[in-house]
Amino acid sequence: MIEKTGVPSAKQIASCFPDKITLKKPKAIIECYKEIPCNPCDTSCPFDAITVPEDINVRPSIDFDKCTGCGICVYHCPGLAISVMQLKDGMVSMKIPYEFTPLPNQGETVNVMNRAGDIITPGTITKVQHTDKMNKTALLHVEIPEAYLYDAITVEVKHGSE
Amino acid sequence: MKTTECLIVGAGPAGMRAAKRLLDVGAEVTLIDRSDMLGGQLTKQTHMFFGSEKQHASKRGIDIMQLMIDEITNHPKLTVINNATVVAMYKDRVVGYVIGEQYHRIQAKAIVLAAGASEKAIPFENNDLPGVYAAGAVQTLMNVYGVKPGHKVLMVGSGNIGLIVTYQLLQADVEVVKLIEAADSIGGYLVHASKIKRLGVDIETNMSVKRAIGKDEVEAAEIWRLDEAWQGIEGTEEIIDCDVICMAVGLAPLTELLQQMGAKIMYVRELGGNVPIIDKDHRTSIERVYACGDMAGIEEASSAMMTGEITGLSAALDLGHAVENYDQEVARLRQELANLRDGPHGEKIRQGLKKLGVLS
Repeated sequence: MIEKTGVPSAKQIASCFPDKITLKKPKAIIECYKEIPCNPCDTSCPFDAITVPEDINVRPSIDFDKCTGCGICVYHCPGLAISVMQLKDGMVSMKIPYEFTPLPNQGETVNVMNRAGDIITPGTITKVQHTDKMNKTALLHVEIPEAYLYDAITVEVKHGSE
Repeated sequence: MKTTECLIVGAGPAGMRAAKRLLDVGAEVTLIDRSDMLGGQLTKQTHMFFGSEKQHASKRGIDIMQLMIDEITNHPKLTVINNATVVAMYKDRVVGYVIGEQYHRIQAKAIVLAAGASEKAIPFENNDLPGVYAAGAVQTLMNVYGVKPGHKVLMVGSGNIGLIVTYQLLQADVEVVKLIEAADSIGGYLVHASKIKRLGVDIETNMSVKRAIGKDEVEAAEIWRLDEAWQGIEGTEEIIDCDVICMAVGLAPLTELLQQMGAKIMYVRELGGNVPIIDKDHRTSIERVYACGDMAGIEEASSAMMTGEITGLSAALDLGHAVENYDQEVARLRQELANLRDGPHGEKIRQGLKKLGVLS
């Protein structure tokens, strides 16, 4: 259980996802399972899709109709608890936050990991977003087979950082 | 002897915010800090902060620090004394401090104490071996000086500090073998825990260190499972190959100076140990002496900024400065603090503040 291991249950994970038809467009998956005093996801969203009420301890809620999957909340979340997922031709296109150097390169094959830290599949880096306004949190765009939609969460860190 | 209108001890988030509020109303401020730079613990907080926009949420601690430094430096009424350790405080608000080998004294009309906290340690065999660190030291080495503390780390404690420092060790390309926690569940924010677990760091609850192993330095750690009374269970020992044992087992407010001065102190477990008895405006039992930040009870840095502001305002008022919209400002800051202290993670702090009598 997450309170002991840091790994959410399959049920908890599923509760953060919209249905697969909705996921034909990119959508933010917010995995904020316990109340903490925090609201940058709400204030950073340009589309008013994420709501944290005045009591900032309340967990965020998302309106998938409004969410465009832009990824701005992903690099604003201090808990790195948001990713963006999209289904495309049997593949998942994910955008994930990444705070390690060196950054992987576009086109590179990386090991993709699940929430327990196990390597589950190779994935392809399709884009690396890293601009000044992103405040040192890069966005990696990673493509993986659809079978790993509910498992994939991050990529293995490359060693040899500066 | 030097004199100043308001002396602030400690240039972390609480001290700098108090300074800003005092300077804003025209007070003359002397800010004294033991380090060669301003910022206190923020100098090593490379992670994004929680909270709301009002507390600069989503910005990194080091960037928030720079904003606060920029707000006050070069102010004509501010004097900064760096590399100075305050060692003595008397009831007439005379403060003694040491720079190098030299002892100095300064007398102030008001003193704001924002000296922070010290790290706690846990007792185990060989816990004096080189390689046994407190988490703050590890963070300072890595994030301030760019020095790796070792190669393989056993992290002890799953509060936010333990979880965040683990993540920062991974960022520095240092292996964290395992994180152990004596309680039966993770203490810090679960988002921080998930962040390290998905990178392969296992978190194990009901575990503690039995002893450090090594001749001249840490070569391994022996850990064991704890029973419900937090006693080690014979036969559950496990040897962990590591050269660093990093303790992130809590903080204790630095109240010694206040005790020396004769201020009233109370033991409040939920706030980290001995804390000064303060009123809602952060006045201690000694006239025109105030306490804020972690020194008044262990909380997050965002809360330290807020308590620093409230303290700066009450000191300004007591010193006879006209504070515009005082009531409104303080009410707004109290509301922000209440928001930060709400929710399950604020439970301990709320209990502690009730014991102290500053929260009804």
